[in-house]
Amino acid sequence: MKEEIIIAGFGGQGVLSMGKILAYSGIMQDQEVSWMPSYGPEMRGGTANVTVILSDNRISSPILNTYDTAIILNQQSLDKFESTVKPGGVLLYDPNGITTPPSRKDINIYKIEGAEEAAKMGNPKTFNMIILGAFLKIKPIVKNENVEKGLEKSLPVRYHKLIPLNLEAIKKGQEVVQEIQTV
Amino acid sequence: MDVKDIIKEENLAYKKTKVLTDNEMHYCPGCTHGVVHKAIAEVIEEKDIQEKTIGISPVGCSVLAYNYIDIDWQEAAHGRAPALATAVSRLMPEKYVFTYQGDGDLASIGSAEILHACNRGENIMVIFINNGIYGMTGGQMAPTTLPGMPTSTSPYGRDVKLAGNPLKMTEIVAQLPGTTFVARHSAETAGAVRKLKKAIRKAFDNIDEKKGTSFIEVVSTCSSGWKLQPDASNKWMKENMFPFYELGVLKDE
Amino acid sequence: MVVLQAESEVAAANMLYGGAACGKKVMTSSSSPGVSLKMEAISYIAGAELPALVVNVVRGGPGLGTIQPAQSDYFQATKGGGHGDYHSIVLAPNSVQEMADFVELGFDLAFKYKNPSMILSDGMIGQMMEKVELKDFKPRLTEQEIIEKYGDWATTGKTADRERNVTTSLELQSELQEQFNIKLQKKYRELEANEVRFETAFVDDAEYLFVAYGSSSRICMKAVEIAREKGIKVGLLRPITLYPFPKKELNQLADQVKGMLSVEMSAGQMVEDVMLSVESKVPVEHFGRFGGIIPSPDEIVKALEEKIIKG
Repeated sequence: MKEEIIIAGFGGQGVLSMGKILAYSGIMQDQEVSWMPSYGPEMRGGTANVTVILSDNRISSPILNTYDTAIILNQQSLDKFESTVKPGGVLLYDPNGITTPPSRKDINIYKIEGAEEAAKMGNPKTFNMIILGAFLKIKPIVKNENVEKGLEKSLPVRYHKLIPLNLEAIKKGQEVVQEIQTV
Repeated sequence: MDVKDIIKEENLAYKKTKVLTDNEMHYCPGCTHGVVHKAIAEVIEEKDIQEKTIGISPVGCSVLAYNYIDIDWQEAAHGRAPALATAVSRLMPEKYVFTYQGDGDLASIGSAEILHACNRGENIMVIFINNGIYGMTGGQMAPTTLPGMPTSTSPYGRDVKLAGNPLKMTEIVAQLPGTTFVARHSAETAGAVRKLKKAIRKAFDNIDEKKGTSFIEVVSTCSSGWKLQPDASNKWMKENMFPFYELGVLKDE
Repeated sequence: MVVLQAESEVAAANMLYGGAACGKKVMTSSSSPGVSLKMEAISYIAGAELPALVVNVVRGGPGLGTIQPAQSDYFQATKGGGHGDYHSIVLAPNSVQEMADFVELGFDLAFKYKNPSMILSDGMIGQMMEKVELKDFKPRLTEQEIIEKYGDWATTGKTADRERNVTTSLELQSELQEQFNIKLQKKYRELEANEVRFETAFVDDAEYLFVAYGSSSRICMKAVEIAREKGIKVGLLRPITLYPFPKKELNQLADQVKGMLSVEMSAGQMVEDVMLSVESKVPVEHFGRFGGIIPSPDEIVKALEEKIIKG
């Protein structure tokens, strides 16, 4: 198994922490992982993306040209990364703020109303976990129990009380992800 | 009577401390480095702390201080002695650590290191030799050169409009909460040396009590750099240096 | 353990000098502009023959440059960096695991050779996360054990049974200073003979060779995979020690391959050492992105095709 993922959006959307939780979840089931962030100097509001690789074997480059999966959370990131999905790969996006939806015909495209569902749950901070849930529904590369362990490992202890809410958000994402096209 | 008849134990009036080596000092006639070295060495012997004392020597004439005082030494880069002393004292808190620095070293290139070490209250002694000149390198203007004082780089006298004013480092560090004992001494007479030695003793005692930084300035001459005979240098120092760099204890907590 | 936030990199590195002279394990870390300031003390540490570890997580320069990753401090790290004829032992990790492991290796080499060691990393390894297995803590050596293992040179206080220890790099007599330099050079030859570390991949049948260290070597590994899928037989030599440099191994590989591409996040620094190593046997070219840009595996394959295969 090897899964090469780019997660891209605005700073403050939880892009980096979502990648971190995914990477820790991989460690919990003995996979090799890498987490390579790329972001501008501003802590909030700028673009942010992270390359996450989970693999059964040693990982070579943590920086990639093409990806098995692109998780896209704003228009700029869609413009930048749609073309980098490998043919037959997965593009998962949140339509909130997207004016020009993806157009490729040779990839699998899924939609997740992350922002909307997070608002319904009454906590916008669950946004990134809803997205993560949607991804894990499409590609169940880590088991839910290992995601829970990954959350425990990557969240500071003072936030551990929020783990049940995060798990609920992951479950929600798994339920509401929509298939647009498969190839 | 032959001279050999005089060299006898019972006739012994004075003996060099064993903490000073037998190496011949390279200092110029009239220089007080040797006297200050001796004062430090005597206190080390009196306190019986030769095995526990580490000196940090500077760059300047006293760069070779490690040839004269028989203890372990570290030779620092220009101005950095307080940084080295910080590490030594923190890694071996039971040891007696002191720096020995000149005015070019301490007040110019090392002004940041001395201020921060004093401000942190490092448990060390600082000996600051101030002769208002870069002695070793050829008598250039130092940060402590007096206004109007001629040096090789200020041949018409220090022009404070051009070169700024002399820094009174001792007054500056006395304001820092990390310092516990700050004093200005001299070493041109036997009486002055006795007072200086007392201050050095106090500084070492302060290390015992972990009281923070003890800072002792020694106002000195530089006959070679000042281009004066030793006796004329002492006279010039008393007439010009002492009014500007007033002797005395500035802080004793 | 004593940890202190110094007032400046100048002071931090001089604290390192003082601590090293006490025979303690001392380390300091910074990123490029800060490491420039540390060079003063590193030269003194090399001149006084003391063990110490410096970590440089390189960012793009010159000057204030950028905060993004680069490998443009290669010259500074491997050629001395401060004043005088000296070298630091330079280790180039290419994973977070090696970042951890090389701390121990760096200290071992520093104590063995009484010489500063440097871990030359970059902002990419500095920021990425990977799985790391931390080794068990080893008990710290006592003062007595250090004396037995490495000699009685530390300034821990002059006891009656020995001469005073003086840490210095000063020798005013030129003839003696020359002798000291010769002694240092002997040490460096010994390092070059015994401590070269490197890693190769896919070199057995290689017709071309990437030479890359640190982060670049990881990206080159992917470039090797991509190139081999295209039928290009390329291998990788990754120097682990940048000083001492794997000269002999590169020279031998020059008898086998048709050309080498030195891939660095710099405008071309290590490439000079690669060229010196292969003694003009085969073409050597440089490919780099710099100023904080990380090259992609595709770009590297393209550069190989354009600069070496077609060239």
